[in-house]
Amino acid sequence: MKVKEVLINGIIKENPTFRLVLGMCPTLALTTAAINGVGMGLAVVFVLALSNLFISLLRNFIPDKVRIPAFVVIIAAFVTIVDMIMHAYTPGLYDALGLYIPLIVVNCIILARAESFASKNGPFLSFMDGVGMGLGFTIALVLLGTIRELLGAGSVFGYKILGEGSITGLSFLSNIEPAIIMILPPGAFFTLGLLLALLNKLTDRKKQA
Amino acid sequence: MSMLTVTSAPHIRSKDSVSRIMLDVVLALIPAGLFSVYLYGTRAFLTIILGVASAVLTEALIQKLTKKPVTITDFSAVVTGLLLAYNLPPSAPWWLPVIGSFVAIALVKHVFGGLGNNFMNPALAARAILLAAWPVQMTSWVIPNADAVSSATPLAILKGAEGTLPSLRDTFIGNIGGTIGEVSAAALLLGAAYLLYRKVITWHIPVTYIATTFVLVTLLGGKGLETGIYHIFTGGLILGAFYMATDYSSSPITAKGKLIMGVGCGILTAVIRLYGGYPEGVSYSILLMNVAAPLIDKYTVPRVFGEVKQHA
Repeated sequence: MKVKEVLINGIIKENPTFRLVLGMCPTLALTTAAINGVGMGLAVVFVLALSNLFISLLRNFIPDKVRIPAFVVIIAAFVTIVDMIMHAYTPGLYDALGLYIPLIVVNCIILARAESFASKNGPFLSFMDGVGMGLGFTIALVLLGTIRELLGAGSVFGYKILGEGSITGLSFLSNIEPAIIMILPPGAFFTLGLLLALLNKLTDRKKQA
Repeated sequence: MSMLTVTSAPHIRSKDSVSRIMLDVVLALIPAGLFSVYLYGTRAFLTIILGVASAVLTEALIQKLTKKPVTITDFSAVVTGLLLAYNLPPSAPWWLPVIGSFVAIALVKHVFGGLGNNFMNPALAARAILLAAWPVQMTSWVIPNADAVSSATPLAILKGAEGTLPSLRDTFIGNIGGTIGEVSAAALLLGAAYLLYRKVITWHIPVTYIATTFVLVTLLGGKGLETGIYHIFTGGLILGAFYMATDYSSSPITAKGKLIMGVGCGILTAVIRLYGGYPEGVSYSILLMNVAAPLIDKYTVPRVFGEVKQHA
């Protein structure tokens, strides 16, 4: 039961993007396309789950005073693995995400979970927390990426929906001109701000009921 | 019994109200609109109508949804819609004013708290968003009276684009390419004179704004006085200086602050026009100074009457 709670917690109750508002840098910079969200999100799931697991295993051996450098070393090890794997097997995605893959090391979601969860809980729970948080992050990135890609480039996962050459073949969809601003930096702030407002509104209503 | 009525101050009240002021602005904008419809025909008319209607509808919808009193009768949404439409090219597709007005009212005005709380001019912010979103549709100009011939605006020509510069007389009357509202300097000045007469706006921002731009462009433009005059009468300078930079909620309150705002807008406009990537910089300079308005207000707080200057 506890495991399920921990897993759901990361996806909904403490969603790193929409609830904790952590890791904004990749969230804003990378969500120009839905596929970027999937790539970045899964890379974070991998790093978060494994670093949480190892930090939890080692939590009784790491002296309190040097815990942050120790956490960073563990996180950096897994980020290096992800970096090399993506470079080797998904070069297109690797180029699109660029600098943001090595920067997962300093992503505050990972350090925050290491500090506030993995260093206080058992290995299995920590692992599940990492998976849950990572999935929550992935869902948020894919949501942002889908909205921005659809409105800004007229496509979803690379399939053209709006504008000329729409694969749906519907004329009213191919007449809509995508708004380039949505895949530019301002579009990221508009989308994130409006999504946060919408989610706050929805959860507020739930509390009142 | 009640021969003496005791009330607290103030006893003298101004008859000004939001709706009266906004109505004055609408009236002042009408000559420029009429001229544009005469010049560009029904397309300009449709763009204006769509802009206004969409702004008013969006305002009503949002106030209904957020359960606030619906204030569409105060004309403020009409002014925003009108100004936005005036900022669009006459060849704009029908959805451009609709989306623009929606963005102006919903995102720029009501997200920040509605009338009087917007930190930027809604119409200008919406124009900037539209320009970034659909750059092609936002910058396709047509020469008046020559149906659907696209051309560069005079400002673009001044900056080195292909084309012949129209005569100064044409730029003053408005026989040039440009957005719906900005083409006729004469019609805009007529409306501005009315606004000044009605004391809806003060001279501080527009005069310092236009003067600063004129001086800088004349001195730094390298082509002398004539270029300076061209820069005043072409582009959105007059429209921006009189109708947009003077927006109450996004400009400084004090006279000193307004002078700073005007000079700041002028410097930014001249710099963008002469050295920037765009031929026109009025909208961006006003938006930038809008953001600086709270800071200007903070440093130009007038001394309270009777207060002695403090020596540290």
